[in-house]
Amino acid sequence: MSSESAHKILNDPEFRSLASQKNTVSLILTIIELTLYFGFIGLIAYDKGFLAEKIAEGSAITIGIPIAVGVIVLSWVLTGIYIFWANSSYDEMVKRVKKRVGG
Amino acid sequence: MVAQQAQQYQTVIGTLNPVSVLCFLLFVLATLGITYWAAKKTKTASQFYAAGGGITGFQNGLALSGDYMSAASFLGIAGLVSTKGFDGLIYSVGWLVGWPIVMFLISEPLRNLGKYTFSDVVAFRLQQRPIKTAAAIGSLVTVLFYLTAQMVGAGTLIKLMFNLPYESALYIVGGLMIAYVLFGGMLATTWVQIIKAVLLLGGATVLVLLTLSKVDFSYGKLFHLAASKYGNSFLEPGGLISDPLDAFSLGLALMFGTAGLPHILMRFYTVPDAREARKSVFYATGFIGYFYILTVTIGFGAAVLVGKEFITKIDAGGNMAALTLAEFNGGSMFLGFLAAVAFATILAVVAGLTLAGATALSHDLYVGVFRNGQANEKEEMRVAKIATVGLGIAAVLLGILFKGQNVAFMVGLAFAVASSANFPALLLSITWKKLTTAGATLSIYTGMIVAVGLIVLSPTVYVDVMQAKEVKAMNTAAALVTKLDQEIKAPGLAPNQLLAKQTELAKAKTDAEAAKKAVKPAPFKMKNPGVFSMGLAFLVAFLVSLLTREKQAEEMFESEKVRTYLGIGAEGAAKH
Repeated sequence: MSSESAHKILNDPEFRSLASQKNTVSLILTIIELTLYFGFIGLIAYDKGFLAEKIAEGSAITIGIPIAVGVIVLSWVLTGIYIFWANSSYDEMVKRVKKRVGG
Repeated sequence: MVAQQAQQYQTVIGTLNPVSVLCFLLFVLATLGITYWAAKKTKTASQFYAAGGGITGFQNGLALSGDYMSAASFLGIAGLVSTKGFDGLIYSVGWLVGWPIVMFLISEPLRNLGKYTFSDVVAFRLQQRPIKTAAAIGSLVTVLFYLTAQMVGAGTLIKLMFNLPYESALYIVGGLMIAYVLFGGMLATTWVQIIKAVLLLGGATVLVLLTLSKVDFSYGKLFHLAASKYGNSFLEPGGLISDPLDAFSLGLALMFGTAGLPHILMRFYTVPDAREARKSVFYATGFIGYFYILTVTIGFGAAVLVGKEFITKIDAGGNMAALTLAEFNGGSMFLGFLAAVAFATILAVVAGLTLAGATALSHDLYVGVFRNGQANEKEEMRVAKIATVGLGIAAVLLGILFKGQNVAFMVGLAFAVASSANFPALLLSITWKKLTTAGATLSIYTGMIVAVGLIVLSPTVYVDVMQAKEVKAMNTAAALVTKLDQEIKAPGLAPNQLLAKQTELAKAKTDAEAAKKAVKPAPFKMKNPGVFSMGLAFLVAFLVSLLTREKQAEEMFESEKVRTYLGIGAEGAAKH
């Protein structure tokens, strides 16, 4: 790609909105994932007592166990959210911009 | 009732089990057949490195999970959970959380910008030779640490499972992995990983169902039994994380290390485009997450049904937890099947690592650096094949060299280097316009040297590995003190006996003190250097880049950006 045509695409409003949307979505999801995991680690480091509480009266299961499994499941759900957004919205935008600039 | 069963129970682990030999031979036969088929389709460099870009997102998702779920995670994490309870779970979680990061930050740009390796991406607008040299070294260091850990693990496990001599096990693993990669390239490697992933996920699922059937399919009952057998603390966080900064540091390495593992990153070139690359991470995260959730049940199930004491008697590290549980639930047939799956697991991982290492040598170093990007296809393929054989032999030799050593730290080291050397340069090359050749190169070297250096100076290596003899002496001396102390406190000791014991205790205490002094403390107190090595790598990249402006690289960032988001000009799938 020549630098002129690259320059033109970069200034295309739709390309700019596509790029900034993609960055925002990636950034937000990354921050959520980091919060999830480091929150879990933080609980282990600073509030062991909370994780050691039982989920219900008479049950041996501690809150920590569903939370650990929950972090795994939510991580996967986050990748699902990204896929859903990318497949339905991002790919369409890419297709439109590409068609217009003839890429 | 359950406890009684466990006590009477005996194991055939460690004997040559006909079922596992048969299963393993079937696996070898099938994979060699695939290699023969793949060899006919592996003529060009693109086919050798990337299976011609013709793998689907779903297939690649399975292959990624096959590449990532090592025997260490199958046997090791189940073992950790069965012996340490909740603390083992922390690892199950930690090994998964890097995958969403790979998806959100890396997978699509990586696919759009590169050809076969992540160093293609870093070198996209920077100077080829210095960048490719640094990135190839970063890749090779990561691969070699990982490979050594896998080979030593392979030899030890196979010896435990089949009572096969350590060296013979390494020759078998080495020979097969060279055959897969050398003749079948990425296509054969991919299918070995897919088959292994299906076998492992299927086998683990059956194991979990059999385990749950023993506790009336009730997790309440499973955990109730665990708590009554080992106390409530078994289900609570224990002493694994005592230093929050160290835990944070480990978390950084696990989260961002996955996004810097060369054998994982190169898999994104096997799919036709960024869309399939992104999809493959979704499937991989699902499969790997599902698998780690299974290891939780397997670990607690083994602790409850088989018993911690029995598991640690076979192997002190608890690595045989999943296999003893398999035998308990499904007899020697099922044990044989799962042992063969564990063997296959090792093979698939080392094949992927060997291919990644060979690609760093041939595509990055030979073509990118020595031939300045100018080499014909035939020549590149020849070098790649020589590199494959060379790396395979090196892996076997490293396995023999580190026989009997504690190499668990090497996986940690691989993740530390991946997150500190490979990841920062890769991320910044995609996102930061002002990154320069000097900034990226120095960042890679800084991350690598600081990560390796600090781990060598950490308690894990400096004390546990380098002073293993002294540590053992210290533990023995301390154990003697405890023993004598208890004997003295025991009632019914005659006065003259008591006096003798007290003298003995005094001497033992002096000895213990001396033995403790003989162990030199580690200069670096933390076990995980990630927070420093990764932090410094980013800092160096920023500072050096700001001091050395590279006009051409900044100009090229525009076309890089267009390619990152739109995929215009990206390497397409090979035309068939």
